[in-house]
Amino acid sequence: MRLAEAWRVALDALRANRLRSGLTMLGMVIGVGAVVILVALGTGTKNEVQAQVEGLGSNLLLVVPGQVSLNAAPAVSRLDQSDLDAVIRVAGDRDRVAVSLTSGENVRAGKEQVFTSLLGVLETTPKVFLRDVRAGAYLTRTDVETGRRVAVLGSSVARTLFGERDPVGQQVTIAGVRFRVIGVFAPLGQSLGVDRDNEVHIPLSTAQRLLATKRVDAFAVKAPDAETIDRLGRDIVAELQRRHPDEEFSAVTQEQILGVLGDILGVLTAVLAAIAGISLLVGGVGVSNIMLVSVRERTREIGLRMALGARPRDIGLQFLLEAVLLTTIGGLLGIAFGVGASLATAALSPVPAALTWWSIALAFGVSCAVGIVFGVVPAQRAGRLDPVVALRTD
Amino acid sequence: MTGDAAIEAIDVARTYALDGVSVSALRGVSLTIAHGEHVAVVGPSGSGKSTLMHLLGGLDQPTSGRLRIGGRDVAGLTPAEMAHLRNATIGFVFQSFHLLSRTSALDNVALPLVYRGQGARERRERAALMLERVGLSHRIGHKPNQLSGGEQQRVAIARALVTEPAVLLADEPTGNLDQATGAAVLELLEQLNTAEGVAVVLVTHDREVAERARRQITMRDGRIVDDSAAADGAGTGPVTGDASGEVPR
Repeated sequence: MRLAEAWRVALDALRANRLRSGLTMLGMVIGVGAVVILVALGTGTKNEVQAQVEGLGSNLLLVVPGQVSLNAAPAVSRLDQSDLDAVIRVAGDRDRVAVSLTSGENVRAGKEQVFTSLLGVLETTPKVFLRDVRAGAYLTRTDVETGRRVAVLGSSVARTLFGERDPVGQQVTIAGVRFRVIGVFAPLGQSLGVDRDNEVHIPLSTAQRLLATKRVDAFAVKAPDAETIDRLGRDIVAELQRRHPDEEFSAVTQEQILGVLGDILGVLTAVLAAIAGISLLVGGVGVSNIMLVSVRERTREIGLRMALGARPRDIGLQFLLEAVLLTTIGGLLGIAFGVGASLATAALSPVPAALTWWSIALAFGVSCAVGIVFGVVPAQRAGRLDPVVALRTD
Repeated sequence: MTGDAAIEAIDVARTYALDGVSVSALRGVSLTIAHGEHVAVVGPSGSGKSTLMHLLGGLDQPTSGRLRIGGRDVAGLTPAEMAHLRNATIGFVFQSFHLLSRTSALDNVALPLVYRGQGARERRERAALMLERVGLSHRIGHKPNQLSGGEQQRVAIARALVTEPAVLLADEPTGNLDQATGAAVLELLEQLNTAEGVAVVLVTHDREVAERARRQITMRDGRIVDDSAAADGAGTGPVTGDASGEVPR
């Protein structure tokens, strides 16, 4: 029998039992669709995290007290102004060093009020991180050195407090102290689960006075290039270690953060895909089951075809192709469903979803493979029927 | 043993193992079907006629004895080789027609040619010709459920003959038909036997049907108890009436 003929026979058989074929395919549609969607969500999340980390700026070193570890609580900082001066010395340029003293505070303007991250910073922040000021200007060195009560608002803080009005030149009250707004950041969105538009930057010296502390929490240092970044990190950690012998410090690069997060997200994606894969397996078992029923139902037809000259191979091929058609048509519908759902998710919700060709190709390949694997047993059973017995079956 | 016989069986036996007990369905049958013969096989149920039919048709292999179909010894043939042999040599007509229900008359007739690897156009041309031969050229596109019983059996006959087989094996071809329709089908078979030279082997319960054949073989308990050809000394002798008195009904 010609192969084209075998395909046609298999397709006819599926058409003859539309409802059953459709329900059997549904298992494959759901399984393949789930794989495509979950891989898209995993990939989308990974891409977004990567974009966020890279969006911070390039060649960044984050220096924090304690160890950077996922299961360790952040250590309390004992760093202060003299440590900042030391780090600037090691980095060789004040413009390469950003620093933060962070606290959660209420910010008020008139009747409006919002709880934000208050950051005491240097005027160097926009030179280290990628941060654009949309209106007004950023802090100046004079602001920092004289401890002026001026603030730069994150875009969502500005919108909450002032709505459509221009906040620049307006007054806000932070922890009961009045500040003048001198600038508003361009929107940045989320970064690693933090809303970076819900921030207020004030000079470090002002923040230290406001919070009655001398400490700074963390440094970020911009290395001149990718080659020197690791050595610079070691030098800074060594200097801080020398100044605080009984404490630990860590310097991490964006690559290291990305590596850790990428690993976690990779495992998460794999686990989700594996769970979806189980539904594919269940779909495959359904196909196998239906094919066995089909072989039994069509035993007389098999007997007749054999009497007319069909070889066991012809009969086996007919049923194998039927199973493969079931799973590949189901798989294609599942891919369409998965692609549609992923695009809709990406378009209509903030959940990131990124389609990848490999996941679609893999889903299609797996559909074919499921058909072959789960079609083989019914096909062999059909091919091995004794024509005499098969013809006599009712 | 003539090499050019359509089918030749020498001391053929067939034993089945049923739940560990061996049952002899055929106990040493010797028989030659010459090209162009018209033979009826009669006998009560359980006499072994169906088993003989399956063996002659190459659907089954004998437990012992020699069986040559279309000049080829079936001993040791694989299922695939047997399938090829059936396709090349034998045409089957069944009591219950055995047509594919969702398939048109034309494609039902063309079905055996599928397993010869023939192209669709050639298959359909030949199938259309065969349907014309059985007087159904106006029913080409009809599905079996749109055809009467007699028409369905004629489609089945066209299907059996489309491969130009040496032997047409008909198992109770009139069993599901009323008298008049059955007679018309038998007439068609006889006409094809004469015109196309295809040997026709009919298995039947019906004495009247059997008597229309030129040669009758009567079976009982897995043996041939009477063969009108042996009595006449020729395979193509005239109908001799009730040969044994053992034909039921």
